[in-house]
Parts: sequence; structure tokens; C-alpha cells
Amino acid sequence: MPIVLIVAEQQPDGNLRKASLNAISAGKQLADKAGAELHLVLLGKEPAKVADELKGSGAKAVHLGAAAELEHYLAETYAPAIAALAQELKADYVGMASTAQGKDLMPRVAARLKSAMATDITAINGSGADVTFTRPMWAGNVFAEVKLTTPVKVFTVRATEFAAAAGGQGAAEVKTFAPKVEASKTKFVEFKEVKSARPELTEARVVISGGRGTKGDFKEIEALADELGAAVGASRAVCDAGWVPNDLQVGQTGKVVAPALYIAAGISGAIQHLAGMKSSKTIVAINKDAEAPIFQVADYGIVADLFKVLPELRQELAKLK
Amino acid sequence: MKILVTAKRVEDPESKIKVKPDGTGIVQEGLKYKINPFDEIGVEEGLRLVAKHQGEVVVVSIGGKEVQEQLRHALAMGAHRAVWVNHTGPLDQLAIAGLLQKVTEKEKPDLVILGKQSIDDDQNQVGQYLAEFLGWGQATFASKVESLESEQEKNKVPAVTLTADGKAVRVVREVDNGLATLECQLPAVVTTDLRLNQPRYASLPGIMKAKSKPIEELTPAKLGVDVTPAIQVLKLSSPPARKAGIKVPDVAALVDKLHNEAKVV
Ligand SMILES: Cc1cc2nc3c(=O)[nH]c(=O)nc-3n(C[C@H](O)[C@H](O)[C@H](O)COP(=O)(O)OP(=O)(O)OC[C@H]3O[C@@H](n4cnc5c(N)ncnc54)[C@H](O)[C@@H]3O)c2cc1C
Ligand SMILES: Cc1cc2nc3c(=O)[nH]c(=O)nc-3n(C[C@H](O)[C@H](O)[C@H](O)COP(=O)(O)OP(=O)(O)OC[C@H]3O[C@@H](n4cnc5c(N)ncnc54)[C@H](O)[C@@H]3O)c2cc1C
Repeated sequence: MPIVLIVAEQQPDGNLRKASLNAISAGKQLADKAGAELHLVLLGKEPAKVADELKGSGAKAVHLGAAAELEHYLAETYAPAIAALAQELKADYVGMASTAQGKDLMPRVAARLKSAMATDITAINGSGADVTFTRPMWAGNVFAEVKLTTPVKVFTVRATEFAAAAGGQGAAEVKTFAPKVEASKTKFVEFKEVKSARPELTEARVVISGGRGTKGDFKEIEALADELGAAVGASRAVCDAGWVPNDLQVGQTGKVVAPALYIAAGISGAIQHLAGMKSSKTIVAINKDAEAPIFQVADYGIVADLFKVLPELRQELAKLK
Repeated sequence: MKILVTAKRVEDPESKIKVKPDGTGIVQEGLKYKINPFDEIGVEEGLRLVAKHQGEVVVVSIGGKEVQEQLRHALAMGAHRAVWVNHTGPLDQLAIAGLLQKVTEKEKPDLVILGKQSIDDDQNQVGQYLAEFLGWGQATFASKVESLESEQEKNKVPAVTLTADGKAVRVVREVDNGLATLECQLPAVVTTDLRLNQPRYASLPGIMKAKSKPIEELTPAKLGVDVTPAIQVLKLSSPPARKAGIKVPDVAALVDKLHNEAKVV
């Protein structure tokens, strides 16, 4: 029986990165279509900590590879360990969520397995040996259906396009293995976390993003985010100026989000920005320029000064409670 | 330091990309081409590093004869010489990284700098493949701690720094929830993110000088790389358009819509 191996990810704080669950559900879909069996792998110093969260995901087995050297993620130490497991299991497909780690790691795994790879898949088509992937190109202006023809096929998953798999208790068998750890020419020095009390940008139900129109003043955006329990996002212009942390950038070359509600304030709507938020369920645009392209994708647009609209919106929303 | 930087030819990010009705490609008419923006950032970082440590920046591009335009652009920015791998037709990551591996083995640079992703195919893979093929360390998504408006940026200080013994580079990377710093033994592969630097414009003298800088021509056959693609692009399509929305006159109307129609608040 063919094997699909999905790599789950542990955050630096030890918790499971939630996008792993979306990748697992893509893996399940792929396994069903390809007539394959789903396996999961998690590496780290103490991967067992989150193993319970993976048991109910519909996988046959969860492989835990623990080693002290794997405490800090490095592509150079993780890739050989995953590739070796994939070979041992005779995996046909190896996938992971398209997180920063997924993007860094999976091409290295693919190279080691001499395999072709599809990044950021949004759909799985066909069945059996004819499975193909759909993936975005040109900032989401184009979707390509691609077929990988190497014996092992590697991919990363766009988390917003696959519902999260159920975590929790379940039937998956937990197996431990001794990962093959190779010496690394790269040393982990430090990780400077940007701490935030807000929900994770890619997981939030509501996202409020500010653009250059804020002139760097995010106070009203944050106040509205507090009111709605929302995450804060930004355009590239805002991150480039250093007004907010880089990892809040939404778009082609930043984060892809698809919340129930996306509010864009002072964002013009360049194609590169739209690439990261066009799949949101409801989009609101606040912009003083009636011709701004953001209005072409907005369900509700309001042509006005954001510094006037945002406080009013916050007060009106508070009244709903 | 000797630095090899890649320069892919891509559609101008401002272009409007449309899929051909038969789904075999994109409509080429009216398109303008540029160096991949991430590669331009790579050239800039290379130039800053050699300005500080001496050395040479070599640019490489794979494609038909038109990619010489992008090589000339990099040369006009200040790169010293160029390598052109002449090949027309689709190339997958295995092929591109395989060709770059051979060019790297020939050039023996201390550092290879690539873009984190091409803005056409958006794969974000080649640098990582190359690092694995070479058996080198990798630092993807290179960024810097200071903003693009900072003094460091104005003074063109390289964000990729050499360690005191000159045997490794320190790279700050844009990752989820923060910045991670790695130290990679040289030689190494670095891929650029947007906040690494603001690339310079090519000056007029730079453009003139670039005309006489050498471009060496190679081919996959000369490099001994089999470039048969392992990816079949079966069909391209346009994403479904979003249903046109409405403009609301004021905040009260907006809240009413969000509450009663969209039911999201
Ligand atoms: C390689 C590459 C990758 C890129 N990747 C991304 C990406 O991932 N994400 C991304 O966002 N961009 C990306 N970009 C940049 C993108 O092309 C745009 O430049 C950027 O999104 C513009 O940001 P903005 O909308 O905030 O600024 P602008 O385009 O300057 O728009 C500001 C808007 O604010 C409005 N405004 C001004 N004042 C007010 C006010 N008081 N009230 C209301 N409205 C006001 C203006 O009318 C205007 O529409 C990328 C570009 C390139 C070349
Ligand atoms: C319509 C269409 C059809 C295609 N058909 C096929 C096909 O049938 N088979 C197939 O295998 N591939 C095909 N491709 C090409 C393939 O999808 C990608 O070009 C390839 O996978 C490389 O990905 P990327 O350019 O996104 O690299 P990324 O990994 O995103 O690029 C990272 C960096 O690699 C460097 N780089 C990439 N390419 C070059 C280059 N040419 N020269 C110099 N540096 C470079 C750049 O520095 C870039 O910044 C097709 C592409 C399109 C658009």
C-alpha cells in the first residue's frame, strides 16, 4: 500500500503548530485519493509532548524521533532524519504545512530524495497513481495543475485551503525511532520571538490589517483588534518601514490568511497583497480613494478616512454586545 | 569574498498576468520582464559584502538569450562578471539546482545568494535544493534586524555579517513569530527576503560599464546535467473571481451588513 508521510511541526515553545493539522487533513485527503496509508512524523528534543494531539487525526501511525541535537530546528539536521524515515517507510508522498519551517525544510528533504516538489498546494485531484496537485503561481493570478513524476513526491500545503484535522485521542499507533542525526555546518544562535497576546495571524477568525495609509499609527487598528479579539496584519509597505514586525506581512511573499472577516484599512490592494487574503470569507475595505483596487475584492467598502472610521466602528461594534 | 548570485528573468511584478484560453501558458503580449526582485536584493547584498571585504560578485542566469538582459542589469548594478547557462524550455527545480551546483563547483564561491522565491512560479525551493546538493549549510529568508529606513540601510551596511575568524556568516532570518539567527560555516547558501536591503539603481556609468563586462556562456550539456523535467504542468487556469461587493455610506450601514447579512460580528 502506498504511504503518505506528513511532517508535523513543534513551535519553539513546544506546542504543536496548528497549521500541522491542516497539512494532516490534506495528507488524509491525499491518502484517500491515492489509496494510501497516512503516517505522521514529528522530530525534536521532546516530540512526545504533543504526540497525543496527533493520535486522533486519522493516521495509521505517528513516528516520534527524539534527539537532543534536534532541540533547535535546522534544515540540515531535520532533512536527513526525515528523508531517512521516508526511505525506511518507502513513502510515496512526503508533505508538510507551508509554514516558514515547511518552506525551509521540505525542498531540502526533496533534494535528498532526488524528488520533485510542489509548493503551497491548494487542491488534490485525481486518484490512484494519477493524483495531481493544484498550486498558485504569479501571486495567485494563476493556478496550475501539476503532476510530479519522481518516485517520491514532495509538497507543502497551503493551510487555509484544507480544514484542520481533528486532534486529540484516537487510534494512531505512536512509534518512536532513533533519528539519523548528521553533523551540521550551521549553528543555531538565537530566536527572538515577537510576543503577542493576540491570536495567531493565520489562525484568527478576524484579521485587521493596516497599510501605508496608517502612516505607521496602528493605535486604532489595535484598539479595534482588541474589541474583536482579532489578529493584526499589514501590507509590505508597513513592514518595510519597520512600523510593525515583518511576520505580520500578508501577501504573496508573506502570510496567507483566510479569516471569516478581513478588514483592510489604508491598503491600496496591490495584487501581491490580495494574494494573501483573497480567500477570506468577508472582506471590508476602508480607503479614502474610491478607485483603490482593494474595493474590487471587498464585500463591503467604505470610502473614508480610516482614522475616522476605525474608532466609530469600534464604538458601534461595542454596542452590539 | 567571492559571491555567486542568481538572476532569474521574470515578468514585471506590476504586469497583469492572464492565462491563455487553452490553459497552456500565460498571454505574453505586452508583458515586461525584470530581474526577480529577490535576486536584485541578492545582488545588492553581494555588492555590499564585497565593498566591505573585497572580492567579486558573479551573477548567473539560466534561460534563453533574453536572460542576458537581466545579467546586464546585475552587471550595471556593479556585479563583476556573469555566467549564462543557455537553455530554452521548461526546467524544474532539480534541473535548475543541478545546473547551479555545477556552476558553483566551477566558480568555487564562498557564498551563493539566491532569492527566496521567484515571483512567477512562486516555488521557494531552489536555494534549499542547491544547499543539499552541495552539502552546504543554508540560511533562507535572510533579513535584518534594523528597518529599511534605518541608518544601517542608508549607509549600505551588509546585513549578512562575517564572523571574527572570517570562516562563517551570521544571518538573521524572517520566520514565523520572530527572527531566528544562524551561523553558517562558509561556503554556504543564503536566500533573500524582502527586508534584507533596498537595492540600488543602476547608474548611467554603471550601465555603460556593464556593456563591456564579460558574460560566459555555458549549456546543460557542457555542465553535464540532464534537465529532463520531472514536473508536468498539465493546465493553467484563472482563480474564480470574487463576487463584486458594494460600497456602504457610513459605519452604521457597515455594522448592519456585517451583523445581519454576513453575520460575522
Ligand atoms: C516582489 C514583491 C513582493 C511583494 N509582496 C507583497 C506582500 O506579500 N504583501 C503586500 O502587502 N505587498 C507586497 N508587495 C508590495 C505591493 O506591490 C504594494 O507595494 C504594497 O502592498 C502596498 O502597500 P499599501 O497598500 O499599504 O500602500 P499603498 O499602495 O501606498 O496604499 C496606501 C493606501 O492607503 C490609502 N490611504 C491613505 N491615507 C488614508 C487614510 N487616512 N484613510 C484611508 N485610506 C488612506 C491610499 O488611498 C492608498 O490606497 C510586494 C511587491 C513586490 C515587488
Ligand atoms: C507555464 C509553465 C509551465 C512550466 N512547465 C514546466 C514543466 O513542464 N516541467 C518543469 O519541470 N517545469 C516547468 N515549469 C517551470 C517550473 O515550474 C519552475 O520554473 C521551477 O520549478 C523553478 O521554480 P521557481 O523558479 O519558482 O524557483 P524558486 O525556488 O521560487 O526560485 C528561487 C530562486 O532560484 C533562482 N532561480 C530560479 N530559476 C532560475 C533561473 N532560471 N536562473 C537563475 N536563477 C534561478 C532565483 O534566484 C530565485 O530567486 C513551468 C513553468 C510555467 C510557468
